Parts: sequence; structure tokens; C-alpha cells
Amino acid sequence: MIEESRQKFDIRNNLRTELFPHFMCPGCGHGIALRALLWAVHELEISKDQLAIVSGIGCSGRTGAYIDATTIHTTHGRPLAYATGLKLARPDLEVIVITGDGDCLAIGGNHLIHACRRNLNLTCLMLNNETYGMTGGQVSPTTRNERFTTTTPLGNYEPVFDACALASGAGASMVGREITMHVTALKDLIKEGISHQGFTFLEILSDCTEIYGRKNELGESAEMVLSQKAEYRSDSYGNQVEEPFQPRNIGTGVLTKNDRTEYMEACRLHNQSKQSGTANS
Amino acid sequence: MNMANSHENKIQNLQGNHACALGAIAAGCRFFAGYPITPSSEIAERMALELPKVEGTFIQMEDEIASMGAVVGASIGGVKAMTATSGPGFSLKQENLGYAAATEVPCVIINVMRGGPSTGMPTRPAQGDIMQARWGTHGDHPIIVLTPCSVREIYELTIHAFNLSESLRVPVLVLIDEVIGHLIETIDLSLTGTQALAERRWASGPPKDFKPYAMTEDGIPPMPRPGDGYRTHTTGLHHSESGFPTQNPAEVERFIKRILGKLELHRERIENFETLECEDAECLVVAYGITARAAKRAVKQARAEGIKAGLFRPVTLWPFPEEAFRALAAGAASVLVPEMNTGQLILEIERHCPDATRVVPLNRFDGEPIAPVQILKKIKEQVSHD
Ligand SMILES: Cc1ncc(C[n+]2csc(CCOP(=O)(O)OP(=O)(O)O)c2C)c(N)n1
Ligand code: SF4
Ligand SMILES: [Mg+2]
Repeated sequence: MIEESRQKFDIRNNLRTELFPHFMCPGCGHGIALRALLWAVHELEISKDQLAIVSGIGCSGRTGAYIDATTIHTTHGRPLAYATGLKLARPDLEVIVITGDGDCLAIGGNHLIHACRRNLNLTCLMLNNETYGMTGGQVSPTTRNERFTTTTPLGNYEPVFDACALASGAGASMVGREITMHVTALKDLIKEGISHQGFTFLEILSDCTEIYGRKNELGESAEMVLSQKAEYRSDSYGNQVEEPFQPRNIGTGVLTKNDRTEYMEACRLHNQSKQSGTANS
Repeated sequence: MNMANSHENKIQNLQGNHACALGAIAAGCRFFAGYPITPSSEIAERMALELPKVEGTFIQMEDEIASMGAVVGASIGGVKAMTATSGPGFSLKQENLGYAAATEVPCVIINVMRGGPSTGMPTRPAQGDIMQARWGTHGDHPIIVLTPCSVREIYELTIHAFNLSESLRVPVLVLIDEVIGHLIETIDLSLTGTQALAERRWASGPPKDFKPYAMTEDGIPPMPRPGDGYRTHTTGLHHSESGFPTQNPAEVERFIKRILGKLELHRERIENFETLECEDAECLVVAYGITARAAKRAVKQARAEGIKAGLFRPVTLWPFPEEAFRALAAGAASVLVPEMNTGQLILEIERHCPDATRVVPLNRFDGEPIAPVQILKKIKEQVSHD
């Protein structure tokens, strides 16, 4: 089944290959996330003309330009605001947001919590590489303790955000997390997210090999994803982490899912009830 | 042809801010995103009431940054969109306003000015955002700024703002001062806003060869509508005609020249001003917004007393109607510039006056409007000086 769909899926059909070579460093996890997204889009048979990618500023945000769709590369931290306007104006479009940990949780944190609260039918992919890749590897709200970045030369001492807990707490009706090593699971999670009616927040554990990885001696790309695999368990589809890695037991897969009424639907129902209310009185 | 005016109740007692909302609806605005701030909130409130009636969308966002972002997003989707704010909120809108200017996404921004800097005086009038309106966002960018002086003109200029923005693909700001925004006047809507509506030129033709930012004869590239098969890229990075980022010096220069040059190309259409008794004026008063109404009174009084005073009222503040002004200023011995700030437009006025002309400021920044007598007194001082 997986093999079949893999054969049918040729990522080049959904890419603007004329822009190649792309900007990403060798081994950067963002490329795998991009692949998983396009694979999901392919399997869901979303037409390129109906697809709108709204991205922020950062290496994560720049991946959007390579997608053969309507692509909007917005301002730092604000893709959710732009996407909200676009989706409300054009409910017919499939609007997907690509953002980074800095873009989404630092400068864009306010927009994230309100997007979760509203529950507008958007899918938000946050590529978390624990750093500001584009600007040269500064500390981000997800940089873990003791990690070195250019602005934490002695190691990071600030607490980190658990983005998924934040999104769930703020009311997102679907929240999930996946690592890039589980690319098929990631594709399936994105598919489920896009199909979900309401706001979907997905944290994708990516890796910045060239800057963050190098500075913290985390090894090459393969070692970085392996150590991610060690730390995240995918309880929801039973892919147990094996020795010698000690699991940190951070959940992957779908973490929150409910059928809270979607924003536009809620608005429609509300207006309807008001109108019939007036008619009756 | 699609006309702006379709209100049922033609004669209305309207507050300026409400007139702005009705003008926007008449112009075809179907999306409003905003964040409450005095003295502009009535615009959002009225839009919240009016938009559902025309199947439009109103949304109160989490802040002004988000409001401006949502407006640009909606406009990219193909819907006429607007936001309204004041001082502190206007500051927050600047980055995404610059994005709209660089990506040539039409949008209308209303700024009902209040006293500043900072939180300033929320309920008191001021005209302190003249330079911010022009240069608020970073980098050289095109922008059009209109400034009404009556409730009726707010209605008309809001429609005009949409017309200019949609046809020239440039953000258009309407700078209203608190006095006009909160003024209630009777307007006859059947005589107002009867201008034709300008619609955006949409891309047509084969998507394959389409260049979203190609140079056109009138400097304005047709806009691709999502879903129509063009699948273009929109970015605030400097971009080539293809829409994709570029750092090629020639392409960057061409891009900047075109987005600035299109205003130059359409200057005649953009520039708008009113004159009163200017022909033989020895003392020419330049005023805008509520100050222009005080100035009009002062000029009429001066004329009644035999003093040769005149009024030049720029309705388009930016780009400043410099040629028309220069022609009128040439004959005047002095130019008086009353403003509710410490002297902002006067800097532009000085640039366009011959060296021999005395350019005289009259400033008030205490939260009170400038009274006609103050202007009259200053006119008299100038004339006796000559
Ligand atoms: C308003 C603003 N502030 C700062 C920047 C500089 N900047 C560009 S990308 C970025 C951080 C991106 O980090 P993240 O969102 O984690 O994306 P990544 O590059 O790691 O994928 C910053 C601070 C900017 N472009 N705009
Ligand atoms: S700098 Fe880091 S995040 Fe950016 S492309 Fe390179 S590896 Fe990826
Ligand atoms: Mg990052």
C-alpha cells in the first residue's frame, strides 16, 4: 500500500523545479517535511490551483516558494494572520501555513493562540528545528537547555515551550507531532490534519544540521534524526523506540482531536439562529 | 456601470467614522479586519453591522499587526479589504503595510489621528501622522494618502481610496483627524459617491507565460487571482517580473523604479486639491482636514476685510500636488501653514516655495483644534509685514 503510493508520487510534479537548486543545506529536515506535505497533498488529490501555501520568514518559510501552488511568503511571524484573511475571503481554497519555531512561537505567538482559539479551517505546519536557522542559529523558544546557539554562547538556560500543549490549551481542534524520520507517518498525519475541519496545528521535529547541529556537535543529519527518534515515541501507531536509545516519551502522532465547530461554520450557524430568532419573535 | 451609491435612506445625519464605513461598503469593500482603538472604533463597529448584510466578512483580530496581515491576505484572495486604526495601532500596521506596497496588493487603511507620540491623547484631535503616513514603513515605497475635511468628503474619499488602490495596486491611506471622524453632519447620499467603481484588472491569458510583475504600459501589472490557474508567488523580498526573489541589481532597480514610477505615471489622477481665492493671494494658507475648515473661514473673513488671502487645500497629501501648488505659491509673498502638530507638512511646503517666499508655521499640539481667529490673526501679521 505504502509502496504503491510511493511509486505514484513523484515530488517533482508538485515542485517548481525551475527554481532549483534550492537553498536548503544538505541534510536539513525542512526538505523532508516539504516532501511529506507534498506527498499528503498528492494523496488527497488536492488540485494545485486550489492549494494556497502561506509561509512566514525563516528557512521554514522559504520552502513554500518551491511548491507549485499559489504561494504567499509573508512577514516574520504573521503567516497565520494572512492565512486567516485569505481563508475567510476564499473558503474554496485549501490554505496551509508553513512556519518555524521562531516564526510561530516567538514573534508569531499571539497569532498562534488566537488561530487555535478561533478554530478556522487552516492547517499549520510548524517546522521546529529548535533554533533560528535563517539568521544564523540564535536561541529560539524551543531551544533546549544547555544547547549552544550564537546568542547563548554559554548554553541555553531559558525554559522551552511545548508547542503542542500550547496549541491544545489554546483550543486547536487538532494537534499532532511527528519527526521527519517517520516520513510516512508524517505524511499520514498531515493528511489527517488537512482533512480535519477546524484548525490543525502540527509540530514537525526538523533539524538544522548545518548550524545548530554543528554547533552542538549533534552529528550529521542521520545521527540527528536518530537521536530524535530516541526521544519521541509514537504511541498512536505503535512504533516503539528501541535500545540503545532511552525514550523521553514525548508523544507523537495525533495528540488532540475533537469536533469543536469550525469558525466559519460557527459563524453561519450563529447567524442562522439569530435570523430565525427574529422571524419567530 | 457599477455605481458606488445604493443606500436606501439618502439623507442622513452621519458621524464621520460611520460615513467612512458606509463609503467602504458602497465602494465594494467586503472584508474588514481591525482592532479597537479610539477615535477610530466606530468604523469597525459600523463595519461589523454592515458587512453581514452584504455577505462580507468582519473580523476583530488579536492586534493591529494581525489585522493588517488579514487584510492583505483577503485582498490577495480577490476581495476588496480595509482596516481602520489610530496612532499606536497605525505604528503596528507599518510592516505589513510595507508588504502590501512591495507586493502591490490593493488595500485601504484608515487612520483617525489622535494626539501622539505613544498613547498620547486618545480622545483629542491632532494631525501628527503626516510624515508617518508617508514614511512609516521602512524603505522607499509607494503610498497614496488622502485627507478629508468633512463627513461628506470622508464618504467620497473612502470610495475614491478603493478606486485608486484597486486600479493602481497601491495601499491607500485615508488620514482623518479626530474632529472630522467624530463630527456629525447631514449628508445627502444621493448626491454623494456617485462616481463609478474601479475594479482590479485581473490576469487573463495563458498561465504558462504569465509574469505577475511584468512591466506594462501603465506600470500596473494585472493581478493573478488564486484558483484561476496562475499559481504565482507573492513575497516581500525584492522580486523579479516572475515574482520570485532576486538580488540581481538590474532587476532590483527595475522593480523599485516601477513601483514608485507608477504613481508618477498616474499623478494627474491621484492628485487632488481645492483652492479658494488663490489667484491674486498675497498670503496663501495651506491647510488640510479640520484645520482647512478653520482656514477657509479665516480666508473669507480676511477677504471681507480687503486682505488678499487664499487657501490651498491638498486633498491628496501624498504624493503632494506639488506642481499645482508651485504655480499658486509663485505669486504669494507668504505661505502660512497651520497644522495640529509641531510642523510636518510645512517641510514639504518649504521644498516647493521660491526662496523669496516667506513660509510661516502656525502650530497647535495641545489637543485643541486651531481656531479661525488664530489663522486670521496670522494672515494679518503677514500682510502688514509686507
Ligand atoms: C520583523 C522581523 N524580525 C526579525 C527578522 C529576522 N529573521 C528572519 S528569519 C528569523 C528566525 C527564523 O527562525 P524560525 O522561525 O525558527 O525559522 P527557521 O529558519 O529556523 O526555519 C528572524 C529572526 C525578520 N525577518 N523580521
Ligand atoms: S540553516 Fe539550518 S534550517 Fe536553514 S536550511 Fe540550513 S540546515 Fe536547514
Ligand atoms: Mg527554527
